[in-house]
Amino acid sequence: MADLTTDFVGIKSPNPFWLASAPPTDKEYNVRRAFEAGWGGVVWKTLGAEGPPVVNVNGPRYGAIYGADRRLLGLNNIELITDRPLEVNLEEMARVKADYPDRALIASIMVPCEEAAWKAILPRVAETGADGIELNFGCPHGMSERGMGSAVGQVPEYIEMVVRWCKQYYDRPVIVKLTPNITDIRKPATAAKNGGADAVSLINTINSITGVDLDNFAPMPTIDGKGSHGGYCGPAVKPIAMSMVSEIARNPETRGLPISGIGGITTWRDAAEFMALGCGNVQVCTAAMTYGFKIVEEMTRDLSAWMDEKGYRSTADFVGKAVPNVTDWQYLNLNYVTKARIDQDLCIKCGRCYAACEDTSHQAIAFNPGRTFEVIDEECVACNLCVDVCPVEDCITMVELDDGTVDPRTGKVVQKEYANWTTHPNNPMAKAAE
Amino acid sequence: MTSPFTPGIAAGRLPPEEIGRNFSDLHAPFDKHEAHVAADRCYFCHDAPCVTACPTSIDIPLFIRQIATGQPEAAGVTIFEQNIFGGMCARVCPTEELCEEVCVREVAEGKPVEIGRLQRYATDSVMTRQGHPFVRAADTGKRVAVVGAGPAGLACAHRLAMQGHKVDVYEMRDKPGGLNEYGIAAYKTVDEFAQAEVDWLLGVGGIEIHTGVTVNDSKLAELRASHDVVFLGIGLPGAFGLPELGDEGVTAAIDFIAALRQSDDLSALPVGRHVVVIGGGMTAIDAAVQAKALGADSATILYRRDRAAMPASDWEQDLAAARGVRIVYNAAPVKTHGKGAARELECERTVVEDGRLVALGDTFRIPADQVLLAIGQWLPSAPAEVALEGKVLGADDDTGRTSLAGVWAGGDCVAPGKNLTVWAVRQGRDAAEDIHAALAAPSVGG
Repeated sequence: MADLTTDFVGIKSPNPFWLASAPPTDKEYNVRRAFEAGWGGVVWKTLGAEGPPVVNVNGPRYGAIYGADRRLLGLNNIELITDRPLEVNLEEMARVKADYPDRALIASIMVPCEEAAWKAILPRVAETGADGIELNFGCPHGMSERGMGSAVGQVPEYIEMVVRWCKQYYDRPVIVKLTPNITDIRKPATAAKNGGADAVSLINTINSITGVDLDNFAPMPTIDGKGSHGGYCGPAVKPIAMSMVSEIARNPETRGLPISGIGGITTWRDAAEFMALGCGNVQVCTAAMTYGFKIVEEMTRDLSAWMDEKGYRSTADFVGKAVPNVTDWQYLNLNYVTKARIDQDLCIKCGRCYAACEDTSHQAIAFNPGRTFEVIDEECVACNLCVDVCPVEDCITMVELDDGTVDPRTGKVVQKEYANWTTHPNNPMAKAAE
Repeated sequence: MTSPFTPGIAAGRLPPEEIGRNFSDLHAPFDKHEAHVAADRCYFCHDAPCVTACPTSIDIPLFIRQIATGQPEAAGVTIFEQNIFGGMCARVCPTEELCEEVCVREVAEGKPVEIGRLQRYATDSVMTRQGHPFVRAADTGKRVAVVGAGPAGLACAHRLAMQGHKVDVYEMRDKPGGLNEYGIAAYKTVDEFAQAEVDWLLGVGGIEIHTGVTVNDSKLAELRASHDVVFLGIGLPGAFGLPELGDEGVTAAIDFIAALRQSDDLSALPVGRHVVVIGGGMTAIDAAVQAKALGADSATILYRRDRAAMPASDWEQDLAAARGVRIVYNAAPVKTHGKGAARELECERTVVEDGRLVALGDTFRIPADQVLLAIGQWLPSAPAEVALEGKVLGADDDTGRTSLAGVWAGGDCVAPGKNLTVWAVRQGRDAAEDIHAALAAPSVGG
């Protein structure tokens, strides 16, 4: 049985599944339920400075988009940081940590970009026994209008400055949560590292409007006829998050910086993918908000099963294993030639591959009598669209042409040697092959 | 007190509330949630097999997508553009042999998209709102006589009216609707849907229905003189009989169904303790299931060939079995025995050898207080001037044109073997298109 125990920047947890700082971790009641359900750790809902807490809207604070069968694919929110008094949160955190010493408990913090504000709150957080802090430089709605959240995360200099304060006034791990609402994620990550951060976590939510009410022309979620952009999360953002994670993992300036992966993680497989891209652990929110805390059972059981199958004894055995395979387009092998193949036994004859290829791609699928669909190798550029639109898994696959065979599309013999764009004759910047 | 075991033919075998339950909607309508779940299963196939399988070529993937995107009424209009009886077809089509049989999810999972019920959801959405979705074109001054107010005649009339022609429909019965009104199981079309549908259809305007009018040869000549075109959608009003069975307790299944459909108190409708239906089509199923639903102690279908050969679909056969009907395959009736309450039907085993039905001489008897014949229908009084094809009217497959100038025909009276509402609608609609084209041409008419 694989060991799911993780040590993330010195913080131990029985499994790599933490709940992200969000509504599910807003108070003791929820967090106790989460730990009872089996979550490895919790990042407590973001704390603000001492004083009157923030207030939330009293209308809808979430909006969603759906796939078939109303499966929730994306969720957005306009909820702010915790709207409960700091003292209450700190007391609860201390109690919970005392009762669950084996679980990770991280305090998420968002206070103004003033040294005094950080200096004031950090000792109080330390007193709770929390294992570390996460700096919320990510929330794109509401708090950003007040110069916090993503307003900080979008300015690398601020990130570095605040991280330095935290490392000065707090002696446990400091994780910086990054906003994706930025052009180049490597810049804030580098700033965090330069400031002395122990890790980064990403992504926070993405600026979004989930819909427009066509009866009153108001963005959704709608508050009295008006709407404001909210933070988008859930399965729909996973590809964006994984790309950003990979950028940090392979960037020379941030390589090796521990990453806590966040963004649409719903299953063990999502988690394994993030971890393969370099995340030491993962944080989950939308999946729990959609299905409840019990989903962690699927995640832990199945991650463990997969690790057993693959012979990985601990998560460290596969963390980062995909990073070396993330490269620039220019280094992709142009001599790798594949063709789509349709398994006629699996085909259910829906014809979507045909419609997609005929209308929007390369006219490389023949619609034969009897509703059989066959790939025309002379036209197939191996774009994979047919695979992507086919409702049946593994019905259409991409098969590599053997070395020495002729690609009927180009008439050229398939070469085994790796060759990329940098040396391609059509590339005006090509370097002579050596 | 009358019960299922009361001998002979008697009414009120079951309490009224139980009869009411037995005749409730066969396929309860989808609510919005169910419709969306069902619609989400559609793959929006290219050149979809379901459309090809639909005699009226309804754009099924499109209307289902319209439901999925929250426009059920627009979905309904998509259906009605092809099939103005989309509401009835949603209820009575043997979808398991048409659209749903070829659904790729039937192929993939053995569970098709529930096209019929989705069609009902969409068409109900339109029909429960006030008004008619189509606007009649400006009056053309042309007049068309339609004989028979069944699905073929009314589909033809509606399409012609839409195009601006004035249509007179002549119907021999008291009500329009044809088999929709008189010949289909009550649990498939509850709440007087057939009449409501006709009323709704007439909302297009330009159609006048004349009931209680029998069109014989002289009346046909009169109509040809008074109208530019005549369309015959006269169905097959005659039921084949079996004289060797006698006539005591032996009736046509279509008459039994018609009486049932016209009854406003099913507990007052007599039914045999032991009912035997002879035949293998949908009418046989409808008659047997309804006899059982009225409280018959036993209802048996006697069919001379095997299950695979039975015209009623497997689904219909299973429905009958689930409703307590016994189906005896490979048996033919020989004669009846006894008088009054104690009747028996003597049957003989049959097999098919080299394609021919052979009686084996091996007989057995089953109790039969009431025998219903569902062995097919015919055309007792074909218009003399219209050439026949076999025993029905000859008409062009695509256009419905008959041998007689200015006379078109469609529906059961021309199409033996395709006796489905949806086929009648298609033929009526397509004849209307051809009539419209002909009326626009300079030389037409009788």
